Amino acid sequence: MVYENPDGVMIGLEIHVQLNKLNTKMFCGCSTQYHNAGPNTHVCPVCLGLPGSLPVINKRAVEYAIRIGLALNCDIVEQTQFHRKNYYYPDLPKGFQTTQYDFPIASGGKVVIEGEDGEHVVRITRAHMEEDPGRLMHIGSIEKSKGTLIDYNRSGMGLIEIVSEPDMRSPKEARRFLDKLRNIMEYLDVFDSDLEGAMKVDANVSIMGGDRTEVKNISSHKGAERALLYEIMRQKNLLRRGGNVVMETRHFDEARGVTISMRTKEEEHDYRYFPEPDLVPMRVADWAPSIYEALPELPDAKRERFVSQYDMADMHAKALTSDIRVADFYELVAAVIDPRTAAAWVADVLKGELNYRDLNITSFTVDDIVEIIKLVVEGKITEKSGVQVIRTIMDEGGSPQDIVRQNGLLRVEDDIVTQAVSEVISENKDALSDYIAGKGKSLNYLVGQVMKKTNGRADARQAREMMLEAIDRINK
Amino acid sequence: MAEWMNISTLKETISGSSAAEITASYLETIGKSGINGYTYVFDGALERAKSIDKDGHGGMLAGVPIAIKDSISTKGMPTTCGSKILEGYVAPYDAHVIERLKVAGAVILGKTNMDEFAMGTSTESSAYGTTLNPWDPKRVPGGSSGGSAAVVAAGETPLSLGSDTGGSVRCPAAFCGVVGFKPSYGAVSRYGLVSYANSLEQIGPIATSVEDIAVLMDVIGGYDSRDSTSIDKEIRYQDALVDDVAGLNIGVPTEYFGEGIDAGVEKSVWDAIHMYEDMGATWTQVSMPHTKYALAAYYVIAMSEASSNLARFDGTRYGPRVDGENWHVMASRTRASCFGKEVQRRILLGTYALSAGYHDKYYLKALKVRTLVKQDFDRALSQVDVLMAPTMPTPAFKIGEKIDDPLSLYLSDVNTVPINLAGVPSISVPCGQVDGLPVGLQIIGKHFDDSTLIRSAFAFETNTDHHTMRPAEVV
Repeated sequence: MVYENPDGVMIGLEIHVQLNKLNTKMFCGCSTQYHNAGPNTHVCPVCLGLPGSLPVINKRAVEYAIRIGLALNCDIVEQTQFHRKNYYYPDLPKGFQTTQYDFPIASGGKVVIEGEDGEHVVRITRAHMEEDPGRLMHIGSIEKSKGTLIDYNRSGMGLIEIVSEPDMRSPKEARRFLDKLRNIMEYLDVFDSDLEGAMKVDANVSIMGGDRTEVKNISSHKGAERALLYEIMRQKNLLRRGGNVVMETRHFDEARGVTISMRTKEEEHDYRYFPEPDLVPMRVADWAPSIYEALPELPDAKRERFVSQYDMADMHAKALTSDIRVADFYELVAAVIDPRTAAAWVADVLKGELNYRDLNITSFTVDDIVEIIKLVVEGKITEKSGVQVIRTIMDEGGSPQDIVRQNGLLRVEDDIVTQAVSEVISENKDALSDYIAGKGKSLNYLVGQVMKKTNGRADARQAREMMLEAIDRINK
Repeated sequence: MAEWMNISTLKETISGSSAAEITASYLETIGKSGINGYTYVFDGALERAKSIDKDGHGGMLAGVPIAIKDSISTKGMPTTCGSKILEGYVAPYDAHVIERLKVAGAVILGKTNMDEFAMGTSTESSAYGTTLNPWDPKRVPGGSSGGSAAVVAAGETPLSLGSDTGGSVRCPAAFCGVVGFKPSYGAVSRYGLVSYANSLEQIGPIATSVEDIAVLMDVIGGYDSRDSTSIDKEIRYQDALVDDVAGLNIGVPTEYFGEGIDAGVEKSVWDAIHMYEDMGATWTQVSMPHTKYALAAYYVIAMSEASSNLARFDGTRYGPRVDGENWHVMASRTRASCFGKEVQRRILLGTYALSAGYHDKYYLKALKVRTLVKQDFDRALSQVDVLMAPTMPTPAFKIGEKIDDPLSLYLSDVNTVPINLAGVPSISVPCGQVDGLPVGLQIIGKHFDDSTLIRSAFAFETNTDHHTMRPAEVV
């Protein structure tokens, strides 16, 4: 099957990833742990752009950038070169952003995603390093605001901007690309997606070979899909009415789910890029091989390993490796439980229940799931009860043992079922005769009676089997 | 006017009396001065001197007073850069050189006047009034570190720091008859120096002798991890204070004696070169063919960098603010009313040179010329040990003479800017006078061969007495 792409959709993405796992900012020694701190408490002359201050490259940030570049199959530049991007804005304390221009740290890579028609390659144009600006806070609503406050805690945070080629053919593919990218970043341990402002997306989109628009202010993967769906629809309607798509920058209004024109091409800034004279080029050509050596196992490789090492279905391997925390969690479970059973429980049951509640794996413990799976495997509770225990832990808390006890979930012993079967047979001779005579439905009635006698604690399937065995014995 | 005293005399005097007494006498001189060399006098200077007396500070500059150009960040003191836009800004941190001076026991007397953001050759563009030349109060002290040179010449401090982007230490040193040194690019940390043109400038000392320059360089020079352009290579300046130029090869670049050079200046410089001959050196003429393009390239690069460096002054975080209906209006009103004419001119020209469509024609071309100018220096300095030329083509000009003609003012930098393009070290030492006004001899060396430069200058100073000529009472 080949995806036809009927509207000729071409989507390219620019993703800003904050290197929030660094200890210090991109060009100064300020701590990056400002997320719960008061405003302007994580600042110094450098990230405040005070007169006379000078930047110094955070070597660890460069290392992270190279790690990302290599993970995206990019070529790494021989030496770093920073440029100044000049524009005026109150959140930009120097009046320019220190960024990379014609010599990005990494370029020419690719990422494979699950596309509309199977595996699909998205080419990576480049990945470059830059700094985050500060944050503006309006007093009250933006329209009626009496003033604006500026918090420079974020100013100077290290960012990687990843730019893709326009290789995505639908909003769904764009979202899958973003999911994959986030997954890779987390595998690389350079980024924590839970922190505010961790990832921001700008999207370029065109249809039918027309001019493209750039949609800014997308802050989530869901938002990206919604913004693109809206923007494609808008462009289609425009063409249908005989209009033309103009090259422009549009703002995504997350609350209303629409894109709004910000500025046309003619109003684009001239950023007057020039090489940052305060940062001498740093030779990194010889860094790449050892960083490559130390690169952790990435999602695709882990998925293949899971299939071969744990003998699991590829579907399970894919689900388990789509989040490094789930993969790590799974491997701890698989160390004590049969890996295939563990895969089914973690990938199908646990992940499903977590997704349903918008929770992530960190809200469940390895010990609990191991205990629950053991109870099921040992026949002490039914599979259905196992799921119920998982749900109860998520919704109300508690330990598996307590939940099993409090809810009377322990499976009744076989002999109780055996006794119930023989009682039901002696008490229901008519139904028995009917079944032997060929009325299949009578079996259901008999099994139902067994369940009734055991107050529903017997396993229905097991009760059915034991009933059949008993009837067989009578027949012989 | 106080006597000129060098560091060794000062230290002797201090051990005989006290640092506090020395500081007090300089403060008294400053108080009586009419040359407007200081923009700020530190009211804690005397306390500082007293505490040095009390502690028995053993540093290289223990109790020695010094004045600081107002473009160098000094904690707790105003750092205005001669601009209204930094009025009221008190620096919350010390520049690297200030930290070093404090550790060495120096007593900071105050901040000195300068062309606004170091953009000028006369100190006339300061928002805080022109500094007068101690040799003739009708004349400019040179610039942009005019305050720093004038206060040394006037005996209002024995030492000062300036900064040199295109001659800003050497020009005023030459005009005021004192010694001014621009170290090799990367020899002194720029951390805390408010940037005008980052790729060109260095902090440099001004003093009444080469010996003092060497002491001061040993204090402020050396690697600093906070300045990425700082070079991790030690130069021992005082070790270069050797009176020996036997066998020294001097190159005399023809292009530095070109059109517009004052006959008296030319003669003084040649006299100096012949003096070197008498001391055992040899000289030869060298050609530096790209010199004629250096000035244009310098101004394009300096203005381009400046247009970006000065973008941060928007009235948002510090300095005065002129309100407007939104942030952009506020920022542009603040900049329009608080930057002087010359600064605005350079920001506009630099912005233009970096703009799409002009970037290649101006900025990139200037960078190419810069490479050619550097190659001129590499070639010339592979044949000779040092180059010698006039620092300035003329003696100090009159106040008001050139300020309304920026082009003629820019032209006076013709002999100093190529040095900054190449990043090589250069010193200006007094070598005579024309009509009672001092003339500076410029000695230029190889990158990071500051020692040969210091040795050459020291030998000249030891065998001549030009550097002892001091102005008469000016006020």
